[in-house]
Amino acid sequence: MIEGLDVELTHEGDIPLAAHICCKPGELLALVGPSGGGKSTILRTIAGLSKPDQGKITCNGAVWLDTEKGINVDTRDRKVGLVFQHYALFPHLSAEENIIEALGHLAASDRRKRADELLSLVHLSGLGRRKPAALSGGQQQRVAVARALARDPQVLLLDEPFSAVDKATRQRLYKELVELRQEFGMPVILVTHDLDEASMLADRLCILRRGRTLQNGPPFDVMAKPVDKEVARLVDLNNIFQGYVIGHDADYAITHISWGEYTLAATYQPDFKPGKPVDWVIPTSHVILVPDDVDDESMVSAEISNVARLGDLVNIALTVKEGSSHPLFMTMPMLEAKQRNLKAGDRISVSLVSEGIHLMQP
Amino acid sequence: MNWLALDLSLKLAAWTTVILLPIGILVGRLLAWKTFRGKVFVEAGLALPLVLPPTVLGFYMLVAFGGASPLGQMYQSLVGRPLAFSFDGLVLASVIFNLPFAIQPMQRAFEGIAVDVREAAACCGMSPWRILWRIELPLAWPGILSALVLTFAHTIGEFGIVLMVGGNIPGETQTIAIAIYDRVQLFDNDSAGMMSAVLLLISMVAISATYFTTSFVGRRHD
Repeated sequence: MIEGLDVELTHEGDIPLAAHICCKPGELLALVGPSGGGKSTILRTIAGLSKPDQGKITCNGAVWLDTEKGINVDTRDRKVGLVFQHYALFPHLSAEENIIEALGHLAASDRRKRADELLSLVHLSGLGRRKPAALSGGQQQRVAVARALARDPQVLLLDEPFSAVDKATRQRLYKELVELRQEFGMPVILVTHDLDEASMLADRLCILRRGRTLQNGPPFDVMAKPVDKEVARLVDLNNIFQGYVIGHDADYAITHISWGEYTLAATYQPDFKPGKPVDWVIPTSHVILVPDDVDDESMVSAEISNVARLGDLVNIALTVKEGSSHPLFMTMPMLEAKQRNLKAGDRISVSLVSEGIHLMQP
Repeated sequence: MNWLALDLSLKLAAWTTVILLPIGILVGRLLAWKTFRGKVFVEAGLALPLVLPPTVLGFYMLVAFGGASPLGQMYQSLVGRPLAFSFDGLVLASVIFNLPFAIQPMQRAFEGIAVDVREAAACCGMSPWRILWRIELPLAWPGILSALVLTFAHTIGEFGIVLMVGGNIPGETQTIAIAIYDRVQLFDNDSAGMMSAVLLLISMVAISATYFTTSFVGRRHD
């Protein structure tokens, strides 16, 4: 029996799908991608609210959907807990009654007690009699989570559950989600367009675009090692350039590439043939300011074209005439930028840290 | 005051309302959430009584209910009495004439229920009947109530179709609206005035009750 959730979907139409995702028990998989990319459709299909042209969904060995065999288990018979983006609470019922409606599998006499336990689990003890309209956004979200958990679901589906709450509440809810995951140990699929949220909470990221799975892996791998330019852009990597592979140095685990007039040391990726063009990417955090006289193979000379403050960080756009016509971006703490008095027009030297340079097929 | 006519009108309105309650819920819910080929024509057909002169509709019904029609003959053979110029015929005509008054407010009420709320109910494992009883009906209730009151008040006041299909048989088809007309024809303005006042009062109470209940139900969700 395959443990966890395994989903394979193909669909033609307004929102095409060509996705294959799996999620083990206790694992949190984040589906990330632009709006209209099919994230929510996949979630709805797992819940049985949408039917694809072709597909197969199994959960802990039970077949929920198999279009070839004509199997399509009804939503109410799939043990899924779904937290909707706007929670979809029943507005005329109290928080407690909302949860009780999902406890149909228990004897009527046990439902109220279980609902109180779930309310306590999501830190809402004492608020069970309130109607959704009398609860804050964060409290409504907790009721929605408690209701989703009430069925003892085999999979928990979260459709952008944090998008409608303020930042402070969101941070608290993140913490609570992590606690709940540890307690329940079921596969959890989170749909979000917030990369920071996804990389903070998820064990694995699945990048989707137009319903197609582009890349799947641990957050760090996906964020730092995108498979192609498309994924790099979707994970918000701005430093995407073109170069040529020069050669590989297995002893030092380095691949040398040329970038305009520069030669750079990149992460060791021997699959790329010398002489061939290559796309490469580097996170802004791996572009570091160095003194002009330092001996560094990957040092480049640049002119600051723009300095923009982003909270506690500054984002600096650099022009590297000998490298590319596209700007190279770097970030540094705001205080450091202030101390160095960096401003547009200054010439500086930066090093492109080899561990951060990742090669991609063009 | 013609108490017999008032009693008949109330009975006719009550039967019409009771019959249209399940029909309105079923058809209103279907039109609210389902898309199917020819839906526009179904909706247009159901709205016809709103624009068609009552005498025209009444004429068609009279022909359809008459002893020469298949429907009239079938009813006569099954029940043993004619459909036209009978209370049963009046009820059937009234149900048809009131279809838009019952269905349209209920359709709007069901349309007002968010799709994700219904989907959430299915995800909770609720059966279709439980979803209807615990989620849909309580949320659509103000619209359903409005539909019922509109149907009731409209039936009590209906004149043209009742006259065409039922005629003016005291105790059988003479409703209060026809009795008022009857009295005015006989220059008995006192009786006509009294019955008109009663009709006005009933309509006012019914409409006020709807507004009150609707606003009360609305507040309950807050």
